[in-house]
Amino acid sequence: MRNSKEEKRFQIFGNVVMIIMSFLAVAPLILVAIVSLTDNNTLIVNGYRYIPEKWSLAAYEYIFVKNPQIIKAYAISFELTAVGTACSLFLTTLLAYAISRQGLPGRGLITFLVFFTMLFNGGLVPQYINYVNVFHVKDTFFGLLVPNLMMNAFNVMLMKSYFVSSIPSEILEAAYIDGATETQTLIRVVIPLAKPIIATIGLFAGIAYWNDWTNGYIYLAKNFSLYSIQNLLNRIVQQIQYLTQSSDSNAAALLAELPTVSVRMAMSIAGVFPVLIIYPFVQNNFVKGITLGGVKG
Amino acid sequence: MSAKMKNAGPAAVRPQQKKLAKRIKRFFPVYIMALPGLTYLFINNYMPLPGLALAFKKYSTKKGIWGSPWIGLKNFRYLFRTQDAWIITRNTIGYNLAFIILTVVLAVAVAIILSEMTTKWKKVYQSVILLPHFLSMVIVSYLVYAFLSAEHGYFNCVIFPALGIKEIAWYNEPKYWPFILVFVHIWKGIGYSCIIYLSTILGFDREIYEAAAIDGASKLKQISTITLPLLRPTIIMMVLLAIGRIFYSDFGLFYQVPQRSGILLPVTQTIDTYVYRGLLERNDMPASTAAGVYQSAVGFILVMSANLIVRRIDKDSALF
Repeated sequence: MRNSKEEKRFQIFGNVVMIIMSFLAVAPLILVAIVSLTDNNTLIVNGYRYIPEKWSLAAYEYIFVKNPQIIKAYAISFELTAVGTACSLFLTTLLAYAISRQGLPGRGLITFLVFFTMLFNGGLVPQYINYVNVFHVKDTFFGLLVPNLMMNAFNVMLMKSYFVSSIPSEILEAAYIDGATETQTLIRVVIPLAKPIIATIGLFAGIAYWNDWTNGYIYLAKNFSLYSIQNLLNRIVQQIQYLTQSSDSNAAALLAELPTVSVRMAMSIAGVFPVLIIYPFVQNNFVKGITLGGVKG
Repeated sequence: MSAKMKNAGPAAVRPQQKKLAKRIKRFFPVYIMALPGLTYLFINNYMPLPGLALAFKKYSTKKGIWGSPWIGLKNFRYLFRTQDAWIITRNTIGYNLAFIILTVVLAVAVAIILSEMTTKWKKVYQSVILLPHFLSMVIVSYLVYAFLSAEHGYFNCVIFPALGIKEIAWYNEPKYWPFILVFVHIWKGIGYSCIIYLSTILGFDREIYEAAAIDGASKLKQISTITLPLLRPTIIMMVLLAIGRIFYSDFGLFYQVPQRSGILLPVTQTIDTYVYRGLLERNDMPASTAAGVYQSAVGFILVMSANLIVRRIDKDSALF
């Protein structure tokens, strides 16, 4: 009997801890969402509050009706995420399939070439010089799309280990004996069996593209029309920082021209909104993917 | 692929060579499949490697990397003579150590609590605490700003007046930032970190717990004598792997969240932010590359050593 009483206390304790943690996890997002729906003058007078004196939709009206740049940035974010995820899945699936094939001559060497990129890298500057001087990605869509995000060794190894553990090589042999070409085997046999891992990797890639701001920051120096929503948010912080620190007499005027606080907060809510929408549907897949990676990286 | 053929060497018997040639022919389409991915890795990861030479050169934009003269270790000597090298190393390692220790303690605690809970809400809890992991650091910097803004922030406008505490100009006060950055890191990463521990615990044999319960072991006793000892190998692996990455920092966290405030640099500058600033703000490519080489080299040694130790303890958990 002592145990059941203790059990009850433990359950209460657990629930309290988890409720507090869950609250902490979402409280900042809720505050920002409310700020974005607060009248801008109220914000200036009262500060950011959970219960504002005066609500307003002006910030969203500004974003979606008055400012074409924000809509444009939003469109670029979607475009980048869609194209990037597709490219990423194409490269990752094919390469992972190749290094999962038993009996492939040179398989060890190819696997090493993939794996080595996880251990050592040239760092930012050599990569920057390579992309800018050799491939001329500066101020192009490729600058957002290509560097670092398109494929990474971790995802390839994750998918490879799924192929090895979940698709018996006998099935592949059988397909070969039945006269299927490698392409047919991949499309008709492997991909249907690998749907869960493809979904997981697609999710990893999609989130990485949607959330990325570094590529735009590094590779878009002049062409602001290619800014994604993250880049736009990043740029506003940069400008405010610059203007508040500068001694320029125009600084105050320029600062006033920037989007108001409620607009900035509304932009960041718009930036997370798609993530929040898909989150309930994908988080299970995500957890499975991490677990798989933890079992064998 | 050709390396394998060379390995076979001239001494290899003919039939074997023929067999290999036949296998290569059979797998030809598979090589074609590997090609796009390998090309990408070549462009993204291998082509930049010779550029590391820049760290040993006096760079001039006109002459390019290969036309610029060699200057040996001068860039490194310059980097290590300044305070910068010490500050960025201290910050990178210091923050990572704090992250590693706190993450392990909290993630294991949360995983144990979740694993022992009977309510069906536990799935919801897990999803909710994982949510911050999906936010970009730019967004996170806006969330933090909503609380810490000097004029309108939630702390200065609501909490502090209620408690009668004086306002704090957060973005101008370095002393608070180690705590803020650690908090933000844990807040963002705790849900992610506890997933591995939770799935490990759920894989334990429940019969051990039932037997312990019959023997009258309390819940806490079960946790300390069953769960924690069984979880130890996983904890050791995760910590060692994190130590292997101790020379790398989350660029977004240290660059975005402090809103690039210059006053905060002594406590927010890490190797990664130093490299970025060298390239994009100071326009000092050689020093930036030197710091990058320093990071890559030490990082490589650390990853290899950590992996070596992991291999010794548990071969299956090792990276390779």
